[in-house]
Amino acid sequence: MSGHDSKYFSTTKKGEIPELKEELNSQYKDKKKDAVKKVIAAMTVGKDVSSLFTDVVNCMQTENLELKKLVYLYLINYAKSNPDLAILAVNTFVKDSQDPNPLIRALAVRTMGCIRVDKITEYLCDPLQRCLKDDDPYVRKTAAICVAKLYDINAELVEDRGFLDTLKDLISDNNPMVVANAVAALAEIQETSARPIFEITSQTLSKLLTALNECTEWGQVFILDALSTYKAADALEAENIVERVTPRLQHANCAVVLSAVKMILQQMELITSTDVVRNLCKKMAPPLVTLLSAEPELQYVALRNISLIVQKRPTILAHEIKVFFCKYNDPIYVKMEKLEIMIKLASDRNIDQVLLEFKEYATEVDVDFVRKAVRAIGRCAIKLERAAERCISVLLELIKVKVNYVVQEAIIVIKDIFRRYPNTYESIIATLCESLDTLDEPEAKASMIWIIGEYAERIDNADELLESFLESFPEEQAMVQLQLLTATVKLFLKKPTEGPQQMIQVVLNNATMETDNPDLRDRAYIYWRLLSTDPEAAKDVVLAEKPVISDDSNSLEPSLLDELLGNIATLSSVYHKLPEAFVSRAKLTFARPDDEEYPAAVETGNSESPSYEVDGAAATSSQSFTSHETARQPVPVAAAPTPSSAPASPPAPVPDLLGDLLGLDNALVPVDQPIAPSGPPLPVLLPSTTGQGLQISAQLVRRDGQVFYNLLLENNSQVVLDGFMIQFNKNTFGLAAAGPLQIPPLLPQDSARTLLPMVMFQNLSTGPPNTLLQVAVKNNQQPVWYFNDKISLHVFFSEDGRMERANFLETWKSLPDSNEVAKDLSSAIIHSIDSTVENFAATNVFFVAKRRNANKDILYMSAKGPRGIPFLIELTASVGAPGVKCAVKTPSLEMAPLLFDAMEALLK
Amino acid sequence: MAGAVSALFLLDIKGRVLVWRDYRGDVSAVQAERFFTKLIEKEVTSLGVGEEIFVEMQNLTLNWWQVDPDSHDPVVYDNGVTYMFIQHNNVFLMTAARQNCNAASILLFLHRVIDVFKHYFEELEEESLRDNFVVVYELLDEMMDFGYPQYTEAKILSEFIKTDAYRMEVTQRPPMAVTNAVSWRSEGIKYKKNEVFLDVVESVNILVNSNGQIIRSDVVGALKMRTYLSGMPECKLGLNDRVLLEAQGRSAKGKAIDLDDIKFHQYVILAGIKFYLCPLFVYLSLCVRLARFENDRTISFIPPDGSFDLMTYRLSTQVKPLIWVEAQVERHSRSRIELMVKARSQFKERSTATNVEIEIPVPSDATNPNVRTSMGSAAYAPEKDALVWKIKSFPGGKEYMVRAEFSLPSITAEESTPEKKAPIRVKFEIPYFTVSGIQVRYLKIIEKSGYQALPWVRYITMAGEYELRLM
Repeated sequence: MSGHDSKYFSTTKKGEIPELKEELNSQYKDKKKDAVKKVIAAMTVGKDVSSLFTDVVNCMQTENLELKKLVYLYLINYAKSNPDLAILAVNTFVKDSQDPNPLIRALAVRTMGCIRVDKITEYLCDPLQRCLKDDDPYVRKTAAICVAKLYDINAELVEDRGFLDTLKDLISDNNPMVVANAVAALAEIQETSARPIFEITSQTLSKLLTALNECTEWGQVFILDALSTYKAADALEAENIVERVTPRLQHANCAVVLSAVKMILQQMELITSTDVVRNLCKKMAPPLVTLLSAEPELQYVALRNISLIVQKRPTILAHEIKVFFCKYNDPIYVKMEKLEIMIKLASDRNIDQVLLEFKEYATEVDVDFVRKAVRAIGRCAIKLERAAERCISVLLELIKVKVNYVVQEAIIVIKDIFRRYPNTYESIIATLCESLDTLDEPEAKASMIWIIGEYAERIDNADELLESFLESFPEEQAMVQLQLLTATVKLFLKKPTEGPQQMIQVVLNNATMETDNPDLRDRAYIYWRLLSTDPEAAKDVVLAEKPVISDDSNSLEPSLLDELLGNIATLSSVYHKLPEAFVSRAKLTFARPDDEEYPAAVETGNSESPSYEVDGAAATSSQSFTSHETARQPVPVAAAPTPSSAPASPPAPVPDLLGDLLGLDNALVPVDQPIAPSGPPLPVLLPSTTGQGLQISAQLVRRDGQVFYNLLLENNSQVVLDGFMIQFNKNTFGLAAAGPLQIPPLLPQDSARTLLPMVMFQNLSTGPPNTLLQVAVKNNQQPVWYFNDKISLHVFFSEDGRMERANFLETWKSLPDSNEVAKDLSSAIIHSIDSTVENFAATNVFFVAKRRNANKDILYMSAKGPRGIPFLIELTASVGAPGVKCAVKTPSLEMAPLLFDAMEALLK
Repeated sequence: MAGAVSALFLLDIKGRVLVWRDYRGDVSAVQAERFFTKLIEKEVTSLGVGEEIFVEMQNLTLNWWQVDPDSHDPVVYDNGVTYMFIQHNNVFLMTAARQNCNAASILLFLHRVIDVFKHYFEELEEESLRDNFVVVYELLDEMMDFGYPQYTEAKILSEFIKTDAYRMEVTQRPPMAVTNAVSWRSEGIKYKKNEVFLDVVESVNILVNSNGQIIRSDVVGALKMRTYLSGMPECKLGLNDRVLLEAQGRSAKGKAIDLDDIKFHQYVILAGIKFYLCPLFVYLSLCVRLARFENDRTISFIPPDGSFDLMTYRLSTQVKPLIWVEAQVERHSRSRIELMVKARSQFKERSTATNVEIEIPVPSDATNPNVRTSMGSAAYAPEKDALVWKIKSFPGGKEYMVRAEFSLPSITAEESTPEKKAPIRVKFEIPYFTVSGIQVRYLKIIEKSGYQALPWVRYITMAGEYELRLM
């Protein structure tokens, strides 16, 4: 079926473009088609044929599918450079999308989605809408992917036209291929959107698991990958999921197997029964081993993944180490990975066989591989104490072969072995010294020098050996110079004889005068100073015992490892890096907290709860009544003029021009906007550098018995920001917004303040009480911003927290002593009793009594926290001196740390 | 989690772009080409190992392998883009991606692209790509959409992407198979004579270390089928696998065998689940859930038309090496080397290995071969640095010998680089024989028209990666 298309690549001598133009406009179909082929050929070899745009597009209206495809291909390539002309093609596209032939309908939609020109995109919507509901599954599956294309170009359009819902409906399509593509599209859209769009519920899960059975192999991968983020509710559900996924392990497609392994490992986290887990491990081993019979590139991916899997669950492949032995013809990248896994699986049981293998590899020809094999022996020595001696004897055998790079590599690892097992294997030093002259690599030299310095007292001719290195001191690499310096100092401290003394002079001179390397110079000066002032101290420093090193073969952080395991089969698991490190497409560059933490959160912007209107006229409900009250008498502690007063009566002339300007700015705020109080500067929680110009400052405050979130939003970006919404993550006190966030559209350089009323006990988090409040703010222009705030307990102290002295004493006595805790607030200070009492009263911490004892004042106070929890507080301090001892007695002791935090804040 | 590739490139042996298809418009062909040509010229410096690493040895930590070795990992990152590539003949197939795509899926996809191209152009090479660039574009458009793999079944694709110009005039529709549940077989296939060929092919992989110990041995088997059947036939296959037999409630006495891992092709998984009960469940949840599967438990499937692999399996029980080779190498003085090689067949006498080829490595500077064999022919193959010994027919229980002498140059380099230590490699085929003992018990073909189809079953065992390291 071989073609002869290569003839189209041949060029005519002169005027190619005009000639093509003529042919494209030919009335003969064949000539036309040939001409289009020539154009595509020219495009393929990188010639610019964009000038033929109109002529090619004119060929688009044809019955010939092959020709049509070629014209479409041309359009994909050149529409961007001719956006105005591209419009010419729209009619044909729209017509084709209604063609009786499903191939053409699909082709039209598929191609339109690839043309990233705004004008075309507008016309894509209607055809796409139709094709998503087409009778032919081939068209539907193409349309499903097209939604993702459109989302990539214009997300808003997709949301406005309701494509997301249609796409979600396709999950229930009766054709598995359509389902798979819909899942791929939704998963991609979810990735770029911060809003939960594609949430996998247990219903979708079960639907998709059913579709899984009938999908093409690639579709199975889409579905398994999308499902791998699903968190099962409990062990039982996890077991059920695993049971339905395990048959995938028998699939011939490696990607399906790996994705299934990923899903099983994820669910295994939840499974509590050790029997089930053991059983699953047993089931996963053979498929993992079989992956090593795949094409070498896939073996490489599999090995990188297995390397992660064995770190998490070493038992799975504990008995399979032999399958990782290298074959003679394995590509080098496969051999390297196998070696890495062999080290991870090496144990006292199999070490003899493994060492034999390493020894074999160390005599191969690929230098990198040989080096890695030698290092592997060293790593096994460090990892397996009982095998260390055998490892060392293999290394010594290798050194005797006298192959230059083997010797150097061996010396580097032996240095590590010395560090791991100090004072154990020094007997081999003599053998090492024999190879001294062959060393020419800096790392090997440095290692050898370190060994000589460290064991100078046991090497008779240590000074001679070092001296031989010293001759070339100025030419050596920095790492060698540093080692020489240190080793010479060690030698001198251990054998303070004449020879070393001269050497040290030479080295110090060289290292201070003759070098531009600041590290070297500084270290030399330090040694010099040490040696000249206090040689004994120098001994303590230089000859100090070094911490013992350990093996790093299981070096990934557990949390990182878990995340990587969630990414099995993907690039992330190949690189052993999180996607953020290399994905350059992501529109969300910030770390998003786990989606699960925002599950029940209500979109406050759309919520039906009574809205909060500060504007008096709208205040009807009792809730807004309180807020209304608040707005009327803003900020008892106000320091700055309130913005509302600014337009009404311009303040008396202020010398500060800036202040005046600010006043003017505020005056521009339309009167009908919610008037928010100002106050002392709020803590900045989202700096504008992080928020792409949006700066958010906020603090929880209490006004008239209610908690508010005092917010200041400043727009330092270049665009108008509008459509602000806020939501709060689950927190200890269940704080949530009582109404939507009322923020007018913010012009550039504009700012707005608001008091958002809060309700408690709405979305309670579990676990020990903490002060963390996670907030998400979104607007129409930017991604969702997440930031953390700290809840200060005192905002919950209620106005009725006052206790009479008798009542206080009674309560104090009624609580067991175990309910009393105390803490020294070292940074707190009481300047005067009266002002402190007054300040406390303002935050609903009420004075009960005071007494004096040994120069200290002791204050007793009471407060009533959330859910009416009483706090009995005793403060002990000397007035004016920093340091306050705070003791508290309360029935809910777990709140005490929060109380201490609050007291410390109040006493600052 | 989602991820798609941005573009697919077909490059020549020097890394220049032959054809590429841009799926997402976010990578540059020029940049990709520049990167890749550099990579294959090995000019790409490894990640950040400057000479100026100051290693503080006093507080030394084990910082091994911060540097990736300068090898061609098939997954490479450069400037925000991940390139994944494979090679076939003088063509590289490469994807560029900016997302965290499924690496296993994409690399496998590239291999499938090779299969599809081979189906279309017989061979995939630079020339055939140039000769068929129009179809290449069409195929790339159909096999992948927006960077997501779609269809890679050559047989199905060729039903709606034709190469013959005049056949294009007929209006094409997506074949039923593209979106059907039975996506691997079209309706209306007709043959005069209905036949099925089933080959059971086992490859023996073995690795023997220099002490003569077998350190790895496994058997990878495949059930390869060629079907020439009309209509929509259902096939039922019975094997003597122990698990299957036990699952079927039969006793596994006698000749039952244990297989370690079984892979089924897409067709079987689909058909098995759809129409019967998938045998996989039996394998996987045998101990717990047998009672649930009361129906037919045979391997049932609707075969695709033509040839395909029905099933592969692996078994890692140690088997006695079928052909054992021992080589004694003696270096007489500095100028002469003598080899004595013995090969012994360790299978039953009634079987015979054919096309046996034993490759014994010799030093690369050897000359003047002098070879004597007791059977077959042996010759020095300088291009392989090996003595190649061929025996057409090698019955079981026999031992043959070859002796060879070579001259070595008397002058050697002072600092000798280590000799390439290639292992002895053996190739052979043993017909009518399987190592695993797997047997096809029956192969039934049922089609609604009720025709009689003839099943043909063959067995063959071959050497896979069969390596014995020199002592």
